[in-house]
Amino acid sequence: MNTPSPVETDGMFRWPDEGLARVPFRVYNDPQIAEAEQKLLFQGETWNLVCLDLEVSEPGQYRTNWIGETPVIVVRDPVADRIRVFVNRCVHRGSMLCLEQHGKAENFTCMYHNWVYSLDGKLQSIAFKRGVRGQGGMPADFDITKHGLRELRVDTIRNLVFATFSDQLPPAADWFGPRMVWSLERFFHKPIRLIGGYTQVLPNNWKLYAENVRDSYHASLLHTFFATFGVNRLSMDGAVEVNEAGGSHLSWSKMATDDAEGTDYASGGLRSMRDLAIEDRRLLKTWPEFPDGITHMIQTLFPNVFLQQIQNTLAVRLLVPRGLDRCDLQWWVFAYEDDTPEQLRMRLMQSNLVGPAGLVSLEDGFIGNAVQRTTRGDQGHGAIVEMGGHGVGTERQSRVSEAAVRGFWQQWRGLMGF
Amino acid sequence: MATTMGYTAADREFLLAAGQACTDCAGAIDDDNLEAWPDYFSEDCLYRVETREGRANGWQIGLMHCEGRGMLRDRVLAIRHGNVFDPHTYRHVLSMPRFAPAAPDSDGTEFASARRVLTSFNVTRVMKTGETTLFAVGTYDDLFVEAEGRLLIRSRTVVLDSRNLDTLLVIPL
Repeated sequence: MNTPSPVETDGMFRWPDEGLARVPFRVYNDPQIAEAEQKLLFQGETWNLVCLDLEVSEPGQYRTNWIGETPVIVVRDPVADRIRVFVNRCVHRGSMLCLEQHGKAENFTCMYHNWVYSLDGKLQSIAFKRGVRGQGGMPADFDITKHGLRELRVDTIRNLVFATFSDQLPPAADWFGPRMVWSLERFFHKPIRLIGGYTQVLPNNWKLYAENVRDSYHASLLHTFFATFGVNRLSMDGAVEVNEAGGSHLSWSKMATDDAEGTDYASGGLRSMRDLAIEDRRLLKTWPEFPDGITHMIQTLFPNVFLQQIQNTLAVRLLVPRGLDRCDLQWWVFAYEDDTPEQLRMRLMQSNLVGPAGLVSLEDGFIGNAVQRTTRGDQGHGAIVEMGGHGVGTERQSRVSEAAVRGFWQQWRGLMGF
Repeated sequence: MATTMGYTAADREFLLAAGQACTDCAGAIDDDNLEAWPDYFSEDCLYRVETREGRANGWQIGLMHCEGRGMLRDRVLAIRHGNVFDPHTYRHVLSMPRFAPAAPDSDGTEFASARRVLTSFNVTRVMKTGETTLFAVGTYDDLFVEAEGRLLIRSRTVVLDSRNLDTLLVIPL
């Protein structure tokens, strides 16, 4: 992006000289930056997840969602038999067309004045177009063929449906890069089905959560459940891989499936109370379901998509910003169609470890707010992001790294013009 | 048995006892006496938190799924020693319980002696900072059994009316 950022040109905000090693706290609190994000990120040169394909598998089936703060409808056009994405807004007076999250439609009819659109987005009819008893009506030169719904480009990678406002962005697979696509093909290597879903409302700027998922440094420090109860598992191998643009990443590891006596927590000053033990260890029962031996895979897709394989819990998350200091984290929890009852049961038991009530990771729900509330009015300072150096490259040595956080900011700054 | 005209004396007595158990159980949570919370459940209990949407869709995964008192005690232990969160308490407001038709259960006859009641709840969350918000609205879908000389919750499904959950769920509902 070569055009100067509208935020920068007001002369008030400049990225610190330290580069990616510092993140100014203002990025979480500035309304002008948030407004610019809508235009330059979400309505700009990005592919945005809008739903899973199985939510729109039947003709006329639709799902509504949000790209940033723009409401969209995802629908399977029965004539073309393909997925289309429209802005969920009547062209007449701007009323939202579809209020339901899911549904099936033959057309979209605006409740306000009964303007009707076909599922390919064309304006079909206008109530009282010719007036009442020959009086009134729309002007004769009003051409309904020129007033269809705003349609977005659509692309899919496996089960994920993406849309973009951009006309020139390369296909999603090229934009995210081969390593990201490799991981998506791994997640969705066979038919899936949904087995859960909810929305976690986070009281923080969306970027604080986007950083949190990319930050593999905090994992064993903030989340102390395993350490507290002495179920440390040795990590045999792992890496943090950042894509070329910087904003998407993989963090994977291979853990021994049997409990192993870890030394990191027992010896150091980390919170650990080895005399405590949980009673019911059914929660910890896992099976190695991927032949590559990877037991933990966290993937992010710039800007706001997260995928998880944490042992046998599988989920896709989408983060929708809601103003400066709130965001909605949508969860799709999935399993494979050919799961055995025993496998499904292990997923059920392990579900206690992840998510908004997850024993291992529930802290992620509030930690963004712990940052958010200190950054107001503290505009001159910034976060230190130097763990693992200053670069954004792939880390094979250690997952105690903030490389993917730096990568996020690299891509964010590029698009925002900072 | 319940009739459209009203309840028998035995029904009313049961509802009163079930309502008392629900109130005491909620009180243990609100009073931060979490260690007593598992005692309102039978040894082989099921405690689940899910959403209305999840139930309608038949989704297996909700927000919490505990089988047996041991898992309830593990939750309490984690709250006390394992998890890190912004300190807060709850205040439950419960409705009177009402009877519901016993749901057919996969366990077959196991629940034959259990009675199913539904209780509406509002849970307000009070942060230590003083911030007070309506946190959860929903229904307890409970099966009660007589065991250990008391009326105990054999199965409780906490059905949240909203698919939204604010921040995190650590203290049980």
